[in-house]
Amino acid sequence: MARYIVKRIIYMIISLWIIATVTFFLMHQLPGDPFSDGKKVQPEILKNLEAKYGLDKPLIVQYGTFLKNVAKGDFGLSLKYRNRTVNDMIYDGFPKSLTLGVAAVGIGLVFGLAFGIIAALNNKGFFDYFVIIMAVIGVSVPNFVFASIFQYFLGRQWALFPVAGWKGPKYMILPIIALGVRLIAQQARMMKTNMIEVMGSDYVKTAKAKGLSKTAVVRKHVIRNSILPIVTMLGPLIAGIVTGSFVIEKIFAIPGMGKFFVDAVNQYDYTLILGTTLFYAALLIFMVFLVDILYGFIDPRIRIDE
Amino acid sequence: MSRDENKLLIDVKDLRVSFDTYAGEVQAVRGVSFYVNKGEALAIVGESGCGKSVTAQSTMQLIPMPPGRIKEGSVMFNGKDLTKFTDKQMESVRGSEISMIFQDPMTSLNPTMKVGKQIMEGLIKHQKMSKQDAKQKAIEMLDVVGIPNPEKRVEQYPHEFSGGMRQRAMIAIALACNPKLLIADEPTTALDVTIQAQILDLMKDLQKDFDTAIILITHDLGVVADMAQRIVVMYAGVVIESGTLDEIFYDGQHPYTWGLLKSVPRLDTQGKQKLYPIEGTPPDLFSPPKGCPFAARCEYAMPICREEMPEKTHLSKDHFVKCWLQHEMAPDVENPIKKGRE
Repeated sequence: MARYIVKRIIYMIISLWIIATVTFFLMHQLPGDPFSDGKKVQPEILKNLEAKYGLDKPLIVQYGTFLKNVAKGDFGLSLKYRNRTVNDMIYDGFPKSLTLGVAAVGIGLVFGLAFGIIAALNNKGFFDYFVIIMAVIGVSVPNFVFASIFQYFLGRQWALFPVAGWKGPKYMILPIIALGVRLIAQQARMMKTNMIEVMGSDYVKTAKAKGLSKTAVVRKHVIRNSILPIVTMLGPLIAGIVTGSFVIEKIFAIPGMGKFFVDAVNQYDYTLILGTTLFYAALLIFMVFLVDILYGFIDPRIRIDE
Repeated sequence: MSRDENKLLIDVKDLRVSFDTYAGEVQAVRGVSFYVNKGEALAIVGESGCGKSVTAQSTMQLIPMPPGRIKEGSVMFNGKDLTKFTDKQMESVRGSEISMIFQDPMTSLNPTMKVGKQIMEGLIKHQKMSKQDAKQKAIEMLDVVGIPNPEKRVEQYPHEFSGGMRQRAMIAIALACNPKLLIADEPTTALDVTIQAQILDLMKDLQKDFDTAIILITHDLGVVADMAQRIVVMYAGVVIESGTLDEIFYDGQHPYTWGLLKSVPRLDTQGKQKLYPIEGTPPDLFSPPKGCPFAARCEYAMPICREEMPEKTHLSKDHFVKCWLQHEMAPDVENPIKKGRE
């Protein structure tokens, strides 16, 4: 196990290095620069700015400096947000996005799995059709539509929750639900499909032939085997959602991380592009790794042996 | 062993099972009757899709319902009609009175549960054992079915077992609560030949030790010869011939039975004699033919065969056949099985 983990960590570092390198050179291929912004800037000023951020040096030298700093965990100064380091910005924004994301994944799993299980046990019954229709709506309607509907009814008409902002727990509820709807729908659909498949499997027939009650069969044999595929996709899903949603954070005016991903590219904020990309990549790779380790505890067939 | 009301364990009468699909009603079992005495082994033979498994699983109400449903008939087990049982009542029968083992041991065990635990479940449910006792019993059962190192094996998962060992584990699960009837649904079909023989030997030994009756479902008459006392031959959801082992093997009367017997590879055939296949495929059970279902494939078929289903003709106490060749006006046909042996 220890050997496996060490090996995986080495692979993770190599992956991150490749991602960093590719992003760095692709980014510098973009036509345009961070300072002109479409307007004419005095050549002297441009020169000064480039000198300040080290952009006047040859690309390969810049790459070397960048790698050296990243190795120390330093992403450098943002080119657009004056006097703010990229580390600061992530440090400020990430906890907010993380809170929203974790809560959304939480309700997604709890309600999604519960609905999926009930729908599967009630296959082709009223509740099943209800869940499936809701799930299709939840998956196909974009979340900003839900966000606006929630804001209008829950926020304005009935004034149950604040419409937007970030000043305490009350402000989190609408964005969490708006983010969670799709997750609930996805998990419910997936869980239902898995359950139906597992309930038709031979080992469930064996369990029934033993004389176990229907609840015991579902509880001991069906659910665990149905959750396995869901665990697999949980890693990338969590990494994606905790790094913030551009749309949801914009609508609810939440100063999270989501907007950096989009703004950085539009504004040629080189350091911010690299910072957010690497942060997201590291998180994603780490989540996948974590899920692989966890998976071994749930599925004995892929338990990592010495 | 012929029918004996005192020894009768299970008596299936005129069982009809259908599956309602979008395309229509599939009449998988169309009036099947058979019985098994205590401690006896009965074989149900026939090719794939002729209703053997559905018949067996219906007795335990293990077919998925819906779409399946038992339309008619009774399954008398120890004097009680199982078709009238509720789910709760069936739970106390399954695993404790009647057990079942399935065709594919690779998929019949839960991959995420320890083998020992899978044996223990039935014991805890039916015999109200404590976990420790159940575990002891599970180890004992693994030992009984010939798995070495049972103390270690009981803690392992199915993927750590080979195919033959998994089928042994299935047998351990099935026999753990000492059932009166074991239904073995093609128990050796998915195993290779040497393992098949081992599993059959094991089942035979355990049948004696546990005094369990067995319903052996198979399409392989070679498997039957070793084990069963009586044979029921099924075709397209009906029983077309039934009798003792000798009566079927040496004096089978139905052309389908002949076909099955001739299609078994034999060691004593001369030179280049080819294996005999039964041409064609079984009829569509969405709309079963009104006459004898085998008529379309039967080389002795007469016009009447396509018009009307023949009645039972009793040839001895145990032996009956449903075939128009038994009619007094039918032409004499030489029994190819007898001829082959002379």
